Amino acid sequence: MSEFKPLPDLPPPPNTVGAIGWLRTNLFSNWLNTILTLIAIYYIGQAIFWFVDWGIINASFSGSTKDDCPLNAEGEKLGACWVFINARFDQFIYGFYPDSEIWRINLMLGIFTLCIAGLVIEGTPKKNWLAVFTLFIFPIIAFYLLHGGRFGLDTVDTHKWGGFTLTLVLAVVGIVASLPIGILLALGRRSEMPIIRSISIVYIEFWRGVPLITVLFMASVMLPLFMTAGTETDKLARALIGIIMFQSAYMAEVVRGGLQAIPKGQYEAAQALGLSYWKMMGLIVLPQALKLMIPGIVNTFIALFKDTSLVLIIGLFDLLAIMQSAITDPNWPRVSVEGYLFVAFMFWAFCFGMSRYSQALERKLNTSYR
Amino acid sequence: MAKKTIEQEKSKTKFWNDPKVRAIFFQILAIGAVAAFFLYIINNALTNMEQRGITTGFGFLEDPAGFGIIQTLIPYDETYSYGRTFFVGLLNTILVSIMGIFLATILGFAIGIARLSQNWLIAKVASTYIEIFRNLPLLLQIFFWYFAVLRVLPSPRNSLSMGEAVFFNVRGLYIPAPITESAFIAVWIALAIAIIIVIGMYRYEHKLQKETGKTFPLFLPSVGIVIGLPLIVFFLAGSPMTWEYPELRGFNFTGGITIIPELMALLVALTIYTAAFIAEVVRSGIEAIPRGQSEAANALGLTNGQRLRLIIIPQAMRVIIPPLTNQYLNLTKNSSLATAIGYPDLVSVFAGTTLNQTGQAVEIIFMTMAVYLTLSLTTSALMNWYNKRIALVER
Repeated sequence: MSEFKPLPDLPPPPNTVGAIGWLRTNLFSNWLNTILTLIAIYYIGQAIFWFVDWGIINASFSGSTKDDCPLNAEGEKLGACWVFINARFDQFIYGFYPDSEIWRINLMLGIFTLCIAGLVIEGTPKKNWLAVFTLFIFPIIAFYLLHGGRFGLDTVDTHKWGGFTLTLVLAVVGIVASLPIGILLALGRRSEMPIIRSISIVYIEFWRGVPLITVLFMASVMLPLFMTAGTETDKLARALIGIIMFQSAYMAEVVRGGLQAIPKGQYEAAQALGLSYWKMMGLIVLPQALKLMIPGIVNTFIALFKDTSLVLIIGLFDLLAIMQSAITDPNWPRVSVEGYLFVAFMFWAFCFGMSRYSQALERKLNTSYR
Repeated sequence: MAKKTIEQEKSKTKFWNDPKVRAIFFQILAIGAVAAFFLYIINNALTNMEQRGITTGFGFLEDPAGFGIIQTLIPYDETYSYGRTFFVGLLNTILVSIMGIFLATILGFAIGIARLSQNWLIAKVASTYIEIFRNLPLLLQIFFWYFAVLRVLPSPRNSLSMGEAVFFNVRGLYIPAPITESAFIAVWIALAIAIIIVIGMYRYEHKLQKETGKTFPLFLPSVGIVIGLPLIVFFLAGSPMTWEYPELRGFNFTGGITIIPELMALLVALTIYTAAFIAEVVRSGIEAIPRGQSEAANALGLTNGQRLRLIIIPQAMRVIIPPLTNQYLNLTKNSSLATAIGYPDLVSVFAGTTLNQTGQAVEIIFMTMAVYLTLSLTTSALMNWYNKRIALVER
């Protein structure tokens, strides 16, 4: 009697596994999908082909004047003129900061990068102290480095600040300063005292209801009227005041979201231990809530980072404004597409990086609570 | 006995440690601080304005404006008052907002649905679109469309054209304008009647289905009625409409409808930017519907169309509508960026030119902010009402 021997398993049909199977299920599953895929491939191919042709093959990279970008017989450029970005690069990054003092910006950016890297990378020792340093001590160092006037550094007036440095200054100061105000407003909005609550709600809803442009207009034309006669305020400071007032309302809503996520038991336990209101908030609730708020704060930061470009309307020279004046320079005709692409790349790289970070963080925080 | 001890205990607490007393004290302090702050700035503002010779009050609204506006929806020229510029700007803001909301909704829904497509390539294209346009400043996008695309178009003499009817050049887009005769009113009446008939049909179908469970096809017949009835009346009335084509006269086009490049750039940028956000809203709304809902619908024997129309979309809309309204509000507020390229919206005309000419910053900024604030607060009030109405009734 022969033993029962099952035949070996047949391999799966070749059109359901591997590259072909993937193509069949994801790109050519039915006739409609096939048509869509073919159309998409055609247009993506065209776009990539055009960009490589214009931006790389026919583009000019080295040189220092517009004559380094060759023209064709009709007087049009052959390809992209990246020479323009190259030649003006320092201005785009540092604005009109004096050449001899640029090391100060670089040092400031270096410390800033280290702080952020230390905060973002997991497992940095003494992270809390680093956060305190970044939030409280670094701004003072950065101010004296950028503005000077002390410690043997020459004063550099704020009207010489510009370019990407100014964009960063506006966004970072806007966020760092609006965080404490936002926390106070959020606590006020959740407070049981009716008057405090109403004041907070009015403040938050007012600033959230108006566009940033009107806030900047207000900061630039109305603030001088509100100051005691004779006080001169600098244009950058006025813009910053406007941005901080506006941003703190948005921040307050982020903080409120974080506070609401803390279970009621935490408040009750803190009260049962006999902690006062500020001890309960400072020791029990806020430390837990702040951790939950980080993704929200990063998202507000992204929004603010993009919105800083509006300061061009009140005459500050951030990255976009500097580019706008550079492309109207008669020495560099027809470079607007290159210019805008460069600005777009800078903004996009930062915003995309931050949004990915906040998404990753959100996922991480989510799992720890389930 | 015990009661007395508690009372004795209570009397030991110093009155300044009593939470109620403290609450009142802090609130009085807060009111005082806010009032002092406002008194301080109002006082300063009055002194400063007096020193600089700025007039106060809303009297300036009656004064003649003396400047032209490139796009006006109501009759306007230099002789009209500043008050009129306010309404011209407001209407231009409303125009670009409504057009932007309409276009961004269509594009956003298309991309949001494409993002969930089973076709890998289409889904990737949609998510690339979202990631690119969401992460670029809107002002940069407006500048790109205005300065890098529309400002380099050919002059009116060499304009791009489509069959002698549509012209596209650096001065704008020119399209034929419909000129209706008085008999055209019959077509509007026919359209109104058609819409009433369709509403009646839907009501009857609903009633029939409730009573007997029977249904009849509705969608195609109603489309037929809404388009067909006005069309028949149109031809019966002897086609009471002609087209006015744009014509090149001298250096520019006359006749037809002109869409100025500022409006186009603003509209394109607002649409593309907001559509990226709307697409994310739509995607998360559809993804929020549990799979079991689709399976249950299939188990009940609903067709694919019925499943979408009766089960998925009503539930997804509940999630989608609040953030969608938020996006509409953002679009309206973002339309104030018009001032950067000179589209004559409220901020550009009123908080820009009018403010520069009169110098009455406080009144003008106040009026401008009040417009946006009213809009925001009304919308959020409506949203709260809507949310309450559609909230899931749970046990």
